[in-house]
Amino acid sequence: MTSPLQQKIKINGPVVVTANRVGDGAVVYRRADGGWTTELHDAAVTADAGVARELVSAAVADDLRAVGPYIAPVTLTRDGEVRPGNLRELIRRHGPTIDLPVTFGI
Amino acid sequence: MYIYDDLDRTLVTERVAEFRDQVARRLSGELTEDEFKPLRLMNGVYLQLHAYMLRTSIPYGTLSSAQLRMLAHVARRYDRGYGHFTTRQNIQYHWIKLEELPDAMADFASVGMHGMQTSGNCVRNITTDQWAGVAPDEIEDPRIWAEIVRQHVTLHPEFSFLPRKFKIAVGASSHDRAALRIHDLALRLHRNGAGETGFEVMVGGGLGRTPYLAKTIKSFLHTRDVLSYVEAILRTYNSFGRRDNIYKARIKILVHELGAEAFAKEVETEWQSIKDGPLALDPAVFDEIAGRFRYPAYARLDDNPNALAHARRSDPLFDAWMGNSVANHKLPGYAIVTLSLKPEGGTPGDATAEQMDAIADLADRYSFGEIRVGHEQNLCLPHVAQRDLPELWRALDAIGVATPNVGLVSDIISCPGLDYCSLANTRSIPIAQEITRRFHDRDLARELGRLHINISGCINACGHHHVGHIGILGVEKNGEEFFQITLGGKADEDAKLGTLIGPAVPYAQVADVVEDIAAAYIELRERPDELFIDTVKRTGVEPFKERVYAAR
Repeated sequence: MTSPLQQKIKINGPVVVTANRVGDGAVVYRRADGGWTTELHDAAVTADAGVARELVSAAVADDLRAVGPYIAPVTLTRDGEVRPGNLRELIRRHGPTIDLPVTFGI
Repeated sequence: MYIYDDLDRTLVTERVAEFRDQVARRLSGELTEDEFKPLRLMNGVYLQLHAYMLRTSIPYGTLSSAQLRMLAHVARRYDRGYGHFTTRQNIQYHWIKLEELPDAMADFASVGMHGMQTSGNCVRNITTDQWAGVAPDEIEDPRIWAEIVRQHVTLHPEFSFLPRKFKIAVGASSHDRAALRIHDLALRLHRNGAGETGFEVMVGGGLGRTPYLAKTIKSFLHTRDVLSYVEAILRTYNSFGRRDNIYKARIKILVHELGAEAFAKEVETEWQSIKDGPLALDPAVFDEIAGRFRYPAYARLDDNPNALAHARRSDPLFDAWMGNSVANHKLPGYAIVTLSLKPEGGTPGDATAEQMDAIADLADRYSFGEIRVGHEQNLCLPHVAQRDLPELWRALDAIGVATPNVGLVSDIISCPGLDYCSLANTRSIPIAQEITRRFHDRDLARELGRLHINISGCINACGHHHVGHIGILGVEKNGEEFFQITLGGKADEDAKLGTLIGPAVPYAQVADVVEDIAAAYIELRERPDELFIDTVKRTGVEPFKERVYAAR
C-alpha cells in the first residue's frame, strides 16, 4: 500500500513526472514549461536525478491542477518516441488492457 | 426492502450538500489535496490509475428496482456505461469526474444510497447473505440485525478514526454464504439449547498480507446485547489496536498477538461496564427497525408446477440453467434466481447500464421489485414464482446474465487489478477472462463441479484469493507479472485458508496451470461426486503440485 510518492526514488534511465488531473482524474504529464499535458510525447523527459526531483517538487507545489505527482520511467525509441517504461504506466497511458463492458452482453 | 425514514433521508441529503461544498473548495484551491483526501475518502471517492473511483454501498446487498435503475443512470450519465459489483456488496464506478461527483451523489441520495463509510478507517458496509429473508435454512432475517448495527456505527464519532478499516458481516443460516470468518467481526445468528436466539461472535478475520480466520470469542450472545458487545469490541480495538504500523493495524493482528482468549477478556471487562446501559436493545427499537423492512405479498403457490417440469424436459439449456442458477426458496412455489455476471470472456462483477435497467424491469415483473448483490459478484432475484422461470430465463439469457456457471470454474471472483487499481501489482481481469475461455465447454465445467477460483492482483487480497478453492495472487518480479497459486481455501462455514503449491508462474502460464489442476483433480478424485475441495482436503496439495511443476 505504498504510493509511488512514498517509494524511494531510483532513476536508472529516462523519466517523466506524471499525476492525475484534479477535475477529472485524467492521467497528465508535466511539461518543461510547468504546464500539464495528457500527451506523453509533450512531457519533459530527463535522465538526470536532480532535474527529475526539481520537476516533481514543482509539480507537488502545483496542487490545484494535479494530484499525486511522481516520477515514472519511460523508454525512448530510436526515433525519439517516448513510451511508458513499465506495465503500470502503459495502462495509465493507454487505458485498461481489456475491452470495457459497454458493448458486452446486450 | 428497508424503507428510509426522515432522519435517514436528512442525513444523506446533508452529506451531499457538505460534499458539494468540499468539492467546490477543492476545485477553487481553497483545500489542498492533503486536506481534501480524507474528506473524499469518507464518501467513498478514491483516485485510481485513470480517474476517480466512486464506491457506493449496497447495505446487506439489497436493492430495489428503483435503486438499480439509479445505478444504471449513474453509470450512463457520469461514467462509461457500466459499474463493477465488488466482493463487499458495493458498486464501484471507475471513470467518475470529481466535478460531477456531487451531482452523482445527489442522484444516489434521491433513492437513499450513499458512499459514506465505504472507505477510511471506520466501520464499512455491513454485509450479509444475499439470500437473506428467503433462504430455507435461515432462522431469522439477518438484515434487520445488520441494519441495527449499521445505524449504531454510522457516523459514530468514537469509531470514525479506528486504527484501520473494520468490516462486519452478519449471517443467520447453517450454510455460510456471507464469508463470515474472513471479516473483522462476524455475527452468526443461531439458537441455543433453550431455543433462544443469539449470536456467535467471531473476531479477527481478514485476508491481505497476513490472513487469519476469525476466532469465536463468544458462542452465544443474547440479541439484546448485540450493540453493547459490538461497542465493547470496537472500544477494545480502538484502545489496543496498533496505529504505528499500517500493516499491523487491523484487529486480526491484535487478536492474534493478544490471543483470542485475552482479547475476549478485555472485551468482556468493557462490556460488563456498558451492557445494562442505554445500548441494551429495547424490543421497541427492534420492532421499529424490523417494521421498516417490507416483505412481498407472496401468493400461495405449489412447488414444481407442471409448466416448469414440461419446460425442463423440453429444453436442455433451460434445464441446465435451472439445475445451476436456481435455488430453493423458503416458500413453496417460489425460487431464488442467481444472475451470473461472469459471462465467458467478461469482467467478473461488471454490469452495463442496459443490463441493470433490464434487470430492474425483470425484478419488477418477476421478483417484487427486489434485487440482491452477493459477495461472489453476482446478482440475485430473490422472489421468483417457479411458474415464471422459463419466461424469466429467456429474458435473462437475452441480456447475457443467464450463463449457467454459478459456483463452477468460470464463476470467478476477481478484483479489478492493475487495469484500474493504483495498488495492484498485476492484472487479474484478463487472467479471469482467459480461464473462462479455457473452460467454456459447459459439459466440462459441470464435470468439474463446484470449484471456486479467486484472483487478486496484489497482496491486499480484494479478490479473496486465500479462500478460493484455487487462489491466484499476482506478484511483480523484476517488472514482470507472476502469479502464486494456492489450493484448498474456502469461505463457508468450514472456512480455510489455501496452501501455496510452489513458485509463482508467469502471466502466460496461469490458465495452463488451472487446466493442469483441473485435469489432476479428475484423475485424483475417488468418485465423480467428490468435490474438488474435498479431493484437495483428502490428498493435500502435493499431487497437484507435482502435476503443475512437472510440466514446467
